[in-house]
Parts: sequence; C-alpha cells; structure tokens
Amino acid sequence: MLKTPFYDIHLSLGAKISPFGGWLMPIQYQGILAEHLHTRQAVSVFDICHMGEFLLEAEPAGSGLDRILTQNIISMPGGSCRYGFMLNDKAGVLDDLVVYRINENKWMLVVNAATTSYDYKHLEKNLSGASRLEDISDKTGKLDVQGPLSLEVLKNIFGKQIESLNYYTFAKFSFEKEDCIISRTGYTGELGYEIYIANEYAKKLWNLLLKDERVKPAGLGCRDTLRLEMSYPLYGQDIDVNHSPLAAGLSKFVDFNKNFIGREAMLKEKAGGSSEHLICFKADSRRSPRHGFTIFDRDKPIGIVTSGSFSPSLSAGIGMGYVSGDYPAGSRLLIKDNSIEIPVKVVKKPFLIKENFSKPAALKRPA
Amino acid sequence: MDIPGNLLYTKDHEWARIEGKNAYVGITEYAQHSLGDITFIELPKAGQELKQSSYCATVESVKAASEVFVPLSGKVISVNSRLSKNPELINQSPYDQGYFFMMEFSNVAEKNNLMDAKAYETYLESISK
Repeated sequence: MLKTPFYDIHLSLGAKISPFGGWLMPIQYQGILAEHLHTRQAVSVFDICHMGEFLLEAEPAGSGLDRILTQNIISMPGGSCRYGFMLNDKAGVLDDLVVYRINENKWMLVVNAATTSYDYKHLEKNLSGASRLEDISDKTGKLDVQGPLSLEVLKNIFGKQIESLNYYTFAKFSFEKEDCIISRTGYTGELGYEIYIANEYAKKLWNLLLKDERVKPAGLGCRDTLRLEMSYPLYGQDIDVNHSPLAAGLSKFVDFNKNFIGREAMLKEKAGGSSEHLICFKADSRRSPRHGFTIFDRDKPIGIVTSGSFSPSLSAGIGMGYVSGDYPAGSRLLIKDNSIEIPVKVVKKPFLIKENFSKPAALKRPA
Repeated sequence: MDIPGNLLYTKDHEWARIEGKNAYVGITEYAQHSLGDITFIELPKAGQELKQSSYCATVESVKAASEVFVPLSGKVISVNSRLSKNPELINQSPYDQGYFFMMEFSNVAEKNNLMDAKAYETYLESISK
C-alpha cells in the first residue's frame, strides 16, 4: 500500500485510514457527516495526492493525444481544463480525466490513482514518437480546497489574482517562491479549487491552510457523499471498461466531430441504443442502497447498484446503477439485498441542485 | 472509553441495563465510535419475542450496515422511536438517549453469559492489541 506525504499528519489528526486505489487514505477525521456539512457550508481541505498527473509535450495535431481522448484538446484555450475519457476501441471507459492546457504544446493530464500506471502505458502506446510524456505523480502533491469560503481563504495565501479564475480554468501561482498550478475545479459541487504543488511545499501549504480556523481537513468518506449528491461518477464503480460514456449518460464529454479511439463503437451504440443506462434514484427512507445491491422493477431484476450512500443534504438514501430498460424520472423501483428492501424513485441528476457554483467567482462573493 | 459500571456487555458490543424484570438494550461507546455517523436504524417491533444472541436490529452508518444481536432472551416491550428520525442520538448518547429498546427478559440465568464493565474493559483491551 502506498502512502501520501500526509500519512503521518492524518494519523496525528486522528483519521480513520482505509485502502483506496492502492493507497492508505484518510476516510474521515471528526466524522463524515460533519465534514460533509462543513464542505457545503464553509471550506475543507482534502489530501488528493494519490491521484496521478502526467505532463505531455507534443504537437497538438500530430501527437495523437486528440485521438486518445474524447474531449477536444486542440480547441482548448491555454489556461483551461476539460473533462473527458480515455476509451478502448469498444468504447469502454479506461479512465476519466481532466486535461489542463498549459500552453500551445504542453498539457497536464490528471488521472485516477488506481489506473495511473495503466493509463501511462496506454498513452505511451498510442502517442506519436515526437511527443514527450512524463509521469510526475510521485513528486506532485495535490490538495483540494472546496467549499463556499474557499476563495476567501485562498485569496489570503495566493492574493487577489485568484478571483479571476473562472470555472474550469487554471493559472500558475507562487507559494514560497515555488510555482504551483491552481484550477477552479473539484469533485464536490461547491465553489472550489485544486492545487498542484511539489510534495515538500504541499505540507507547508496544508499547515498554513489549517491555521485558518475556517478550514478543516476532510476525508475521502465525505468526498464520496459530496460527489454522489452531485451525481458525479466514480471510476471503477459508476463508469468502467464494460460501459461507454453513452450508457453512463456522459456523452456531452465526447466530441464526435473529431476522430478518437472508441468513436466507431460509440456511434454504433448511439444508433442501436445502449443495452444499459446509468440511472439515479432516491430512497423513500434514510436507508442507503449500497454498491452491489440488485435493482428490481417489481419482481424483475433489472440492474445493479454502482454507488449508494446516505445523503447528508437530503437526509435520504441515494444511489446510481445500471439498468436494462427505460426508467424515466418518477419510475418506482425496489433495491434488494437478502432481507433488505429499499423502495426508491428514479430522479434526474444531480440529486442536489447547487445554485451558481459554476458561475464566475466574482458573482459568488457576498455583498 | 466510557464503560458504565451498571451495565452488562456482549462481545458484539451490545449492552443491557437491568431494571427489575426489564432490560434496556443498546450498543456501546466502542461500537458507535467504530461505526461512525449512524444514519439509519431498523428496530424490532413491540411484542416481538427474541432469543439471546439472535438478530434484533440493523444500524447503518454512511459507509456500512451492521447487525445488532440481543443480549438476553425475552419480549420487546417498547422501542426508542426517537431513533428513526434522529439516529445520531446513538452516536451522541449511546448509553442513555440512544438506547434501542426495552424488553422483559425471560431467563435471569442468561446474565451469566454477559460481561460486567470490568470484564468488558479487559475484552476491549484484548481486541485492540
């Protein structure tokens, strides 16, 4: 099991530690519900050093990167981020990732922890000889600062310039004369930022952030409940190599106007219809559907729960899962596991509607 | 770790408080702490007959669901109905406001299968090693 540079700090903060994607990660400090609420109402810092980062220097058109990813990386302006997928030729999702365009010929790719080494091989195999790919995961620390007060907190450290970051853009900032990248992105549905900085500086930044009494550390437990309330997929659960972005309801992150690996298979699926669809459902009670439970339409098993949890914001069980058949919002289904029966209703995503979190930061500032 | 002296304990971290022929039942400080934030509880029904160490309730935390086993045989008299809307009482007050139900126990000799506070404390030390 791998450890992030923060492992000892997590232990000293009393964190519960669990394996995740090959890493020993903090699941919670004071408690998942309290950390969830604090992120929705104030600001939390998350150790996300387990995720992988690659730097790529390449000719935009000639490198083959555009063919490996579903998002259009050639039309991206410098300083912007774009979410999308790496697919196999059957349109199965190998990973979901965010691409950062640093300049005309340079990108950073942020990938999932468990898939990092496979992704690297897949990229290496499919990139042209002229491109230079570097795995910078080991030396790169990643801290996510998320919550409505994140801008105010980060302004104190990085200056007023951070106000100009719009949703899904990034810029270089300086921390103790060390360069770092900050993007206005996240996995919580709140105003928030992701900071990429060399490991040794990441620890200093963590300590400085926690000196601000508005900031609390938060673990992967609430990161999961926060993302699920927004219906954001988790790779390995809600999206995987057996399902295409179409089946997952994520084809808006696929640019069909260019060529990419998996395009033919996706077009075929689009024409014929997906055999399964990812749906979202909300329980009538506080009882949580769980990963692996079976989804029933009356007596007929129609699918499997991919993610499920208690939603602290809605005080109800919520979940996602793949089903075969058409079950629009409002459909009544039953989630079962042994003697457990949870009546649920199919709902539109996201579970939680957050107003304006993707609007320019300036609009979010309190008067 | 809070282990009140007036209760009897099981190895599965349930407690029983004997009052005359009745017993209050709940889970221990150690159990609530290991489970984390409790978000849902399924309790037995009043009138239900239970056998010592058999399944009596399910508690769910954000991360997992766990079964609870009854410390003594007997009949459920009343359940703590506050828990259905406020399961967090189990975290906040496991020995008092977070009790699960009250039962009339049927076999006083079964008390011998339970631990007193001192034995439970020793047991907790032994499993934490």
